[in-house]
Amino acid sequence: MALRVLVGCKRVIDYAVKVRVKPDKTGVVTDGVKHSINPFDEIAIEEAVRLKEKKIASEVVAISCGPKQCQETLRTALAMGADRAIHVEIPEPQSNTLEPLGVAKIFSKLAKEEDVNLIIVGKQAIDDDCNQTGQLTAALLDWPQGTFASEITVEGEHMKVIREIDGGLETIKVKMPAVISADLRLNEPRYATLPNIMKAKKKKIDVKTPADLGIDISPRTEILSVEDPPVRQAGSKVEDVSELVGKLKSHGFI
Amino acid sequence: MSFALRICNIYRKIPSSIQGYRQARLLSNDVIQQFQNIVGQDKVSTAEITRQHHGQDESLFPCAMPDVVVSPFSTEEVSSIAKICFQHKLPMIPYGTGTGLEGGISAIKGGVCLDLTQMQPTIDANLSDFDVTIGPSVTRIALNNYLHDTGLWFPIDPGADASLCGMVATSASGTTAVRYGTMRENVINLEVVLADGSILHTAGKGLHPKKTSAGYNLTNLFVGSEGTLGIITKATLRLYAIPEKMSAICSFPSTEDAVKSVEEILLYNVPIARIEFLDEYAVNACNKYSNLDHPIQPMLFLEFYGSKAEIESQVNIVEEVISGRNSTALKWATTTEEHNKLWKARHDLLYAARALKPGSKTKITDVAVPISKLTEILTKAKEEIEKDNILCCTVGHVGDGNFHCLIMHDPSDLKEVETIHKFSTNLARHAQDLGGTCTGEHGIGLGKMQLLEREVGDIGISVMKSIKRALDPHNLMNPGKIFDL
Repeated sequence: MALRVLVGCKRVIDYAVKVRVKPDKTGVVTDGVKHSINPFDEIAIEEAVRLKEKKIASEVVAISCGPKQCQETLRTALAMGADRAIHVEIPEPQSNTLEPLGVAKIFSKLAKEEDVNLIIVGKQAIDDDCNQTGQLTAALLDWPQGTFASEITVEGEHMKVIREIDGGLETIKVKMPAVISADLRLNEPRYATLPNIMKAKKKKIDVKTPADLGIDISPRTEILSVEDPPVRQAGSKVEDVSELVGKLKSHGFI
Repeated sequence: MSFALRICNIYRKIPSSIQGYRQARLLSNDVIQQFQNIVGQDKVSTAEITRQHHGQDESLFPCAMPDVVVSPFSTEEVSSIAKICFQHKLPMIPYGTGTGLEGGISAIKGGVCLDLTQMQPTIDANLSDFDVTIGPSVTRIALNNYLHDTGLWFPIDPGADASLCGMVATSASGTTAVRYGTMRENVINLEVVLADGSILHTAGKGLHPKKTSAGYNLTNLFVGSEGTLGIITKATLRLYAIPEKMSAICSFPSTEDAVKSVEEILLYNVPIARIEFLDEYAVNACNKYSNLDHPIQPMLFLEFYGSKAEIESQVNIVEEVISGRNSTALKWATTTEEHNKLWKARHDLLYAARALKPGSKTKITDVAVPISKLTEILTKAKEEIEKDNILCCTVGHVGDGNFHCLIMHDPSDLKEVETIHKFSTNLARHAQDLGGTCTGEHGIGLGKMQLLEREVGDIGISVMKSIKRALDPHNLMNPGKIFDL
């Protein structure tokens, strides 16, 4: 069975950027800040492209939900080898309150429309660390899920998934269609080469809106405030053990 | 005489007034206050531990502490600090990542260490022009991570995650030089703060043409100047397209077979991207450290760049050449993971070598000769190593005729230290006699000043000194390096 694969690609602040909290505490500074594809989603794309190179998958479709700049993220996915891309356009500031449930609804709708039998997402996004979209998508579609995948092998109608769990590695078998979430050690993604980046500029990106898909993406949570962690206080040196004990006592620790 | 001094004396003649560990010269409080007024109180440090950190790089030279460490944020701050140092005749030592190998940042005359790691992290990429302007706090790996989804990269790879401006200052090179050249070929423009605080743009402010013939080539004057002519605060570098690549390894029965193969591969005009030589000792260390099982023989690590078709034609030639030299068949790294594992093992060679004798220190030599002379010098080096019973792994960027002997030794065994010092000096002299250089990539720093005189001659040194005096009349910029004024 030739797989048709859907891959979720989230546009996030680049991992190397020093993130700053906005003075009004409503969020973090995103204007003029470098964004890139979520690293775990890059791993997801790489895995999908490898399946295509092995002729196990016939088509790889990348999806991104958010403002217009998400098309840059999709171009990266196309340059890495995705065949097509779908941009679900959600302008700012609405995109800032998009939650995993909204994304999962979008992915499940598109999965049915595009008639896919495999969805690969990154295990979590590095901005919100939610680790929910893959699981919610599987639940909405009533498909099996293989999360935190560090290795996947297609075996006919099933997929063997080796999962990274706290105690070590767990091997499960899921029947496709299924949802996989990619963990760090699934693969090392390729760097898109310049010719592929140039070619990707010509590949098709379909633009849709949540309304087109008939999906309500209103959030169920409200961000009250975003704050920096407290500034680290300087320590003080003590001369000897008795002073140390004295200070511990006076601070009520012993 | 202190132990540290004896080591110093073995490496170069240093007046006895200079010590290894030293009390800070009492800089007047006024000067410290002026620095604090420019960069802020918490960016000026006279703490001993901070000064120790900034007086030692990855060489074997003992720590020589500056009197104060200042961490500026902007070029203007660097300029203001320089003006104060100029006024008070204080030495200035620019500091990047401290990964140099020749004692370049040793503050042997004390002075002010300008720690540039806190400078504004500028990365201005002009992708369609294939160039990028970066500040001194940007390291090589940070830049390539930033660029990774643009299809471009900066290929000069000295191994360490060095600061790019530091790489400019030492004219760094690395495993990809055979295809992309060294820093000398890849710097378009520099912003440099001179000893008197004036800010120089070597090719004009903000200009980045691919080529120019306007005036003296000031840009390349500063490449490799090791901080002795000015403080580099911005560099505009050439970028290249990230290639598709494949890697392979093969083993040879002798060093000569391996090296002669390299000569032939280059004569066939194969645009090989990386071609690295490891002698049997290096292979042994590599196997043990990275859990591999290469046959214990001289080896070549090869990397091919290009499309499938281009690589295929390159590989055909290489296979023909190496089989004529008794090599094993090419063993390929096919996936990204295998590829990275192969090159990581090569890059980890320093640690692998150290692991052969835990607790030892490593002396790294750095000569480069014309490729036609490589077999001769490697054979001679091997004879000397075996005669002197030195524990040594040899690894080389053979495509450039450049190789490194990694020598593990006990630094407290003075006899061993002296033997090794003799070996590396003789090696450098032999390289020069064969038409090569005493330093392919690491720079002159503290330890090779006499070798430099031998290499460029009296007139060469005299011209260098004239330039130095013109730009730095009070000899404040990293004094005591490259040559003694």
